Amino acid sequence: MTMTQARPAARVRRGRRGWGDRILYAYTWLIIVWLCLPIAVMITFGFNNAKGRLNLTWQGFTLKWYGRLFAVPDLTTALVNSLTIAVLAALGATVLGTLIGLALGRFRFRGQGALNLVQFAAISAPETVMGASLLSFFVQLGVGRGYLTILVSHIMFSLSFVAVTVRARVLTLDPFVEEAAQDLGASGWTTFRLVTLPMIFPAVLAGGLLAFALSIDDFIITSFNSGSTLTFPLWIWGAQKNGLPPQVNVMGTLIFLAGVLLAVGNAVLARRRR
Amino acid sequence: MRRRLAPYLLILPGGLWLAILFVLPMVVMLSFSLMQGDVVNGFQLIWHWQNYTDSLSAYDDQLIRSLVYGLLATAACVLLAYPAAYWIAFRGGGRKSTYLFLMLLPFFVSFVLRTFSWKFLLADDGIVLGPLKDAGLLPQDFHVLATGFAVVAGLTYNYLPFMVLPIYVALERVDPRLLEAAQDLYAGRAQAFLRVVLPLSVPGVFAGVLMTFVPVSADYVNATVLGGTNNTMIGNVIQNLYLVNNDYPQAAALSFALMAILLIGIFAYARALGTEDVLEVAAR
Repeated sequence: MTMTQARPAARVRRGRRGWGDRILYAYTWLIIVWLCLPIAVMITFGFNNAKGRLNLTWQGFTLKWYGRLFAVPDLTTALVNSLTIAVLAALGATVLGTLIGLALGRFRFRGQGALNLVQFAAISAPETVMGASLLSFFVQLGVGRGYLTILVSHIMFSLSFVAVTVRARVLTLDPFVEEAAQDLGASGWTTFRLVTLPMIFPAVLAGGLLAFALSIDDFIITSFNSGSTLTFPLWIWGAQKNGLPPQVNVMGTLIFLAGVLLAVGNAVLARRRR
Repeated sequence: MRRRLAPYLLILPGGLWLAILFVLPMVVMLSFSLMQGDVVNGFQLIWHWQNYTDSLSAYDDQLIRSLVYGLLATAACVLLAYPAAYWIAFRGGGRKSTYLFLMLLPFFVSFVLRTFSWKFLLADDGIVLGPLKDAGLLPQDFHVLATGFAVVAGLTYNYLPFMVLPIYVALERVDPRLLEAAQDLYAGRAQAFLRVVLPLSVPGVFAGVLMTFVPVSADYVNATVLGGTNNTMIGNVIQNLYLVNNDYPQAAALSFALMAILLIGIFAYARALGTEDVLEVAAR
């Protein structure tokens, strides 16, 4: 208050800013509404009292699809596949990626440049090309495509994201803390378990959640390597011609809510830790 | 000695995973692109370079369309994302992360489901166009689906958050005192923006372009769902050749050509920016 009184020029400037600011503020909300529009449609039509599978026009409010969530057996199987693959892929990618992140953040070694390059390529290569190359590879090996090929592919494309997240965290740590632990007689493993891991844990968790999200959402790479195994996005893709049953909306809504709750919970915890 | 080995032991499992499931498949695909044959009689590696010329001349329409759609959607993303990222970074106050989070909400819904949701919204007699047509505001044969516009709009929608994030990160780092200094030196607001803020945010725009242009150009989901049969992209062709025609050599040649075109672009960018910076932005 006193500041603005002491500097009238500043107040004038702020006043002139007003209009542009208001437009930008409204614009930002417009973008947010646009981004959320399809989500709102998805959630709304999960409550639609539709007859049978055609869920295209609003027929009144119902909760029955939440009760009949698992009424379409192969959709349920697809969802279970998606969830188990995402959990296993996130675990695998988190372990492999964390180790790489530690190495890249802590040591300088020969081959570091090559490793960075491969990770960079794995992050930025178009999914269509990665899916195509994995398919070529599995065909050449004569490996049947299915659950396992989806899982190993998902670990492959998400581990670099974990590594980069962990590396960024390791770089901010003070290496002397670990040396101090070892000076106090802790073994390498004890130091890692009691000192290093707790310090990098937020990044490990964030990387793991990212890997889970990447895996459960993946369509393109999976479509090349699924064989006859279906995941949630693949089932939707295949079923689309005959109309999507409301159960798809309900499952989408539940995944959305779980994701949002996890992210908000993680953010709240991170704030408290600080 | 142990200290020297430590990094190698740490990278061994993940490095092997990447070598076997990323690098090796690329090599296999490269060899496929030089083979000839069919699924029944098998494929022979005979350095058949014509796969490249044949497939590129057969599908040049789709390749060019992909790059054009990619450029249009990327440009639309920059133009749409920049003002919002700017407002959040400079005027978001204590709610910056809340606004960013709202921008990222689409990531919590499956990509395929979001795209089908747009198909539903934009359907010829759907909940948006139907009432407008009934009211006589639009001609009865007006349609959005099955046009190039729908594909570009869908791509823009799906990849916009990837553009908002890096631009926001770059703008957030701009010290507001620089703006004050510019104004003290009698720069107008437009000048302060053009000569201080904009140049400082260029790395963010670069990173965003990188993160959207590549996946957008190779996407086939939006073209299939929103574009109908006349607006197919190179991703559709690759997917079809692989999964329907089983013409692995041509499909591999096309994938490799696409990868080469996009990677040359990326590495030119990465050189200008420094690989590690790009990686870090990419990880956010």
